[in-house]
Amino acid sequence: MATENAVSAEEIKVNAAKMHISDTDVAIDIIAMHKWYGEFHVLKDINLKVMRGERIVICGPSGSGKSTMIRCINRLEEHQKGKIIVDGKELTNDLKKIDEVRREVGMVFQHFNLFPHLTILENCTLAPIWVRKTPKKQAEEIAMHFLTRVKIPEQANKYPGQLSGGQQQRVAIARSLCMNPRIMLFDEPTSALDPEMIKEVLETMVGLAEEGMTMLCVTHEMGFARKVANRVIFMDQGQIVEQNTPAEFFDHPRHERTKLFLSQILH
Amino acid sequence: MQEHDTSWVRTEMALSQQAPAGVRGLGAWIRKNLIASTGDTILTIVGIVLVAMILPQIINWAFINAQWTGTDRTFCATVAQGGIQPDGWSGACWAFVNAKFGQFMFGRYPIDERWRPILVAVLFVVLLVPLLIPRVPRKGLNAILFFLVLPIVAFILLTGGVFGLLHVETPLWGGLLVTLSLSFVGIAVSLPIGIVLALGRRSKMPIVKTLCVVFIETVRGIPLITVLFMASVMLPLFLPAGVTFDKLLRALIGVSLFAAAYMAEVVRGGLQAIPKGQYEGADSLGLGYWQKMGLIVLPQALKLVIPGIVNTFIGMFKDTSLVYIIGMFDLLGVVKLHFSDANWATPQTARSGLVFAAFVFWLFCFGMSRYSMFTERRLDTSYKR
Repeated sequence: MATENAVSAEEIKVNAAKMHISDTDVAIDIIAMHKWYGEFHVLKDINLKVMRGERIVICGPSGSGKSTMIRCINRLEEHQKGKIIVDGKELTNDLKKIDEVRREVGMVFQHFNLFPHLTILENCTLAPIWVRKTPKKQAEEIAMHFLTRVKIPEQANKYPGQLSGGQQQRVAIARSLCMNPRIMLFDEPTSALDPEMIKEVLETMVGLAEEGMTMLCVTHEMGFARKVANRVIFMDQGQIVEQNTPAEFFDHPRHERTKLFLSQILH
Repeated sequence: MQEHDTSWVRTEMALSQQAPAGVRGLGAWIRKNLIASTGDTILTIVGIVLVAMILPQIINWAFINAQWTGTDRTFCATVAQGGIQPDGWSGACWAFVNAKFGQFMFGRYPIDERWRPILVAVLFVVLLVPLLIPRVPRKGLNAILFFLVLPIVAFILLTGGVFGLLHVETPLWGGLLVTLSLSFVGIAVSLPIGIVLALGRRSKMPIVKTLCVVFIETVRGIPLITVLFMASVMLPLFLPAGVTFDKLLRALIGVSLFAAAYMAEVVRGGLQAIPKGQYEGADSLGLGYWQKMGLIVLPQALKLVIPGIVNTFIGMFKDTSLVYIIGMFDLLGVVKLHFSDANWATPQTARSGLVFAAFVFWLFCFGMSRYSMFTERRLDTSYKR
């Protein structure tokens, strides 16, 4: 009896945990989402559920809608049909809600998009001070903490134009982290970098993944995908064609398009 | 065949030497910059001849032959013209400018009250100079004093009518006082309005956008003289009976709105030059519209268009002369007014007065121009590798 009771108690816990998962542990939920650029149907029937702590790599040929999809998640692009729910908030035309979502979602761009008229430190403290209303001194401490983490605290008082591409991208990551985001989006973060600098940026990203950050990453770095992703998503012609664990995805691709793509990029 | 030995080792390090005499010094500079080719040489000679022909005459007229002091026209007229100068004399009549200097500065502002515009001018300079020098701290307080407190104090001091100050009606104002009042208000008002109009024109909201486009295109499509006429003659028609506006105020509004329309287009040029990535970077951090514009986009956009902004400022500063058309006398207007003074009518009077007016305008415009170049260099954070 006692053991039975214990089991059932366990079951209750598990069920509770499952309930918990279905309620609050979904970071991003995209349901039947479509997007058009004028007449052009760029994203078709996108369904994607991302759990908290999941690391997802999105790959696919150019023009397949990877970047557009990831940019819909913080509403840099508007979707026209379906639902996107980020952190429990549905993205609609409600500007206040959009800003709320953006505060919790960090984004790293292909071309860094640092603010060239501000120093590295000011780049990192700007949003905490103005959006989170963090006192300046505290914001600077936080910024220095993250700049140390991306290994460039000594550049704090320089301007972005004085840094190498790899350093700038690490600053961009630190700038996002200063907002203490719950989700990080990476839009081809290493595509504009020299080969030697890709490694330093990827190392930073691996470090983030190891800490359990929820990450969506559009990238062509298949080594990174194998190493840190829970799931690889392959897109073509504006739709998700295949998704699987990295091991399965790379070793046993199922869709013809995926096989073709992998044969082109893996030698 | 003999084998060529390519191995070599230096036994003694070469010491640093001076560059050969032919490439340094004045001679080399002249050879390189003035007489490098036949064309260069011809241009140099033509240039020197032109300067040699014109400059001595100007110096002669403006300084050597000039009449610096005097109390009436006889000092600046030749004997044949009823004066004391030898026949054939040609020189600037600075005595005229000297005698009328107060009028040129203040117009018909009562002589006993002239300390008031002077005090305003002193306050203006005292507050402006630290604002312009980047090293001086407390820019915020300084800006508040300069842009909010000073205009109020200046208004009270200049118009009077309170605190026992004699009321001086604006039709009595004139000269540089009017030029600077119009320009300062025009500059201080047109930049913010221009920025708002530029943002409005790029707005996604159709009504805001339409209003801004209509305003900008209408005002830009009308000559300033027409705007001033409308402000001075037509505006009263639209106002309810009994409501009157000061003429100076009407001119101020006209000039400011006119400059704002131009400013809007200058600022829009800057906004368009900011890459989309900057907007997206700001958006992705959760900055609101005004934060994004005020902290990220405008600082960069305005920096890019400093030359255009200052160009508009300078244009407006000089355009204030057009208020003579609505019966107001700015610096140029006052100078012209005094040409007809019988006490000073000589062939040299008009020239001297105009040269003086031109010099004052030039002084202010050149100052603005130099300061804008200084600011451009100071704000440059792009490091060219």
